Amino acid sequence: MTHSTGIEPTLPDSRTSAPRSKTLQERIDEFPWWVGGIFIIAIGAFHLVTTQTSFGEALNFIRIGIGITITTTLYAYSIALVIGLVAGLGRISRNVVVRNLATLYVELIRGIPILVLIFYIALVAVPDSLGIFKTAGAWLTSVGLGFIGQPLAAIDNDSISLNVRAIIALSVTYGAFLAEIFRAGIQSIGKGQMEAARSLGMSYGQAMRYVILPQAIRNVLPALGNDFVAMVKDSSLVSVLAVRDITQVARLYAGRTFRFREAYTILAILYLGMTLILSILVRVLERRLHGDSRK
Amino acid sequence: MATAGNKTIIEIRNLHKYFGDVQALRGVDLNVERGKVVVIVGPSGSGKSTLLRCINHLEVETAGEVWVDGKRLSEKNKDINSIRAEIGMVFQLFNLFPHLTVLDNIVLAQRVVRGRKKDEAVRIAHEQLERVGISEKAENFPNQLSGGQQQRVAIARALAMNPKIMLFDEPTSALDPEMIKEVLDVMLALAKEGMTMVCVTHEMGFARAAADELIFMDDGLIIEAGPPAEIFKNPKHERTKLFLSQILSH
Ligand SMILES: Nc1ncnc2c1ncn2[C@@H]1O[C@H](COP(=O)(O)OP(=O)(O)OP(=O)(O)O)[C@@H](O)[C@H]1O
Ligand SMILES: [Mg+2]
Repeated sequence: MTHSTGIEPTLPDSRTSAPRSKTLQERIDEFPWWVGGIFIIAIGAFHLVTTQTSFGEALNFIRIGIGITITTTLYAYSIALVIGLVAGLGRISRNVVVRNLATLYVELIRGIPILVLIFYIALVAVPDSLGIFKTAGAWLTSVGLGFIGQPLAAIDNDSISLNVRAIIALSVTYGAFLAEIFRAGIQSIGKGQMEAARSLGMSYGQAMRYVILPQAIRNVLPALGNDFVAMVKDSSLVSVLAVRDITQVARLYAGRTFRFREAYTILAILYLGMTLILSILVRVLERRLHGDSRK
Repeated sequence: MATAGNKTIIEIRNLHKYFGDVQALRGVDLNVERGKVVVIVGPSGSGKSTLLRCINHLEVETAGEVWVDGKRLSEKNKDINSIRAEIGMVFQLFNLFPHLTVLDNIVLAQRVVRGRKKDEAVRIAHEQLERVGISEKAENFPNQLSGGQQQRVAIARALAMNPKIMLFDEPTSALDPEMIKEVLDVMLALAKEGMTMVCVTHEMGFARAAADELIFMDDGLIIEAGPPAEIFKNPKHERTKLFLSQILSH
């Protein structure tokens, strides 16, 4: 038979015993009451914005930032996935230089608060790199390679917007977190898999690509999903760069109208809505991957 | 030298292997001729797996030389992947790729290593599955197969590369007793077809039926080697005697 899901076939589960009906006490203990709490908050929020014009106005204003929050997160997360995969592979490389560079990167990032990293990368590291490009461009022009040099020399500090810098900062930061996830995922695959692949004549890279990574990535999908949710929340930090995400817009609104209660209530609820929806998606994914054997 | 006569396909000279302070091999010499079946036995920790894994460079020798089909294996050998493609290996725990169907397990290396077209690789995969007697399982995933079936798929996967040599490291010792025979039968057939085989196994029935040479290892050395019938009848070393009496008695 073929599996159309494209996802691991569920194990023929002979171990799970026949479902025993649960006692009332067990049902009470296991019922996800907290979901009820969320439900009440949702109804309360809906009630607020529909009945109280000040909340409705705040929502109307703040939701302008949703697009920036989502695009910033999506771009940054996609780049972080690439950085994380490369750095994760670097962490387990047999090449001493590569391995130590990757480890240095991960340890540096993990040792600094995200807020500080965002300031540092956006306002120090990016301008400094631009400065280096500029100098290199000037030098190339002076030695007669103006066709490469001039465009480089023309780069100035404003050519990279704060929105883009915020994305760079978030990606570099999360790249280190994702690197650890990828590394753990790869190391969770038994070494017999690599040996079998190599014994068939595959190179290290082929074995990684066709044998190890497909299994490793499947194992870490839930962890990657959790970090995506975390990044949605951490994207609020880019407001310190005056990027107009929902946090920044809410701050502007509050500053202008002095309606702090409205602005921050709406802001909190918007984040909650986004993260809850995403968390549910992650859980669904996790269920699909592991069959129903987990509770 | 190593190519001396085209008869020799594996030549091992004075092979030493250390794992840190542990000396797993302490000077092993071995010649295997084309088409011969060599069975290696010996107590646990005597270096059987290490010797086998040095033949396809899953372990890198500390000293000594390993020559396969006229090529010296060494750390600097950029050719190691193409040499390995000529050497099939079957592991105790099968090591099938769990994310791929049986068919794709057999197709993968044919395509990425041998560069075969999809149609050709699939056709060969089906042929090999037929050869090991499980063509009906092509679309299943490994975890839907019994141990014996998985090991036969592993053999088919190795054979699909058209190897010149097959290495077996205790291929039946992880199997339930009723499945051992189906795997040994495949190995016997392979031996009859003239495949060069080096097998670590304690299945003495297989050794008796198929082996041209039985090698007894102890403590990192080959201490006795010869035709199985002779060694069974007339072991020279005390340790060989003791070991054979132990494994033949149960
Ligand atoms: N990767 C390794 N790291 C450290 N020591 C190892 C490693 N592989 C093998 N050894 C050691 O080398 C020696 C020989 O091991 P080897 O696996 O070759 O023995 P074996 O004859 O195959 O034993 P068994 O019958 O138990 O499989 C043992 O002392 C073992 O502990
Ligand atoms: Mg062994």
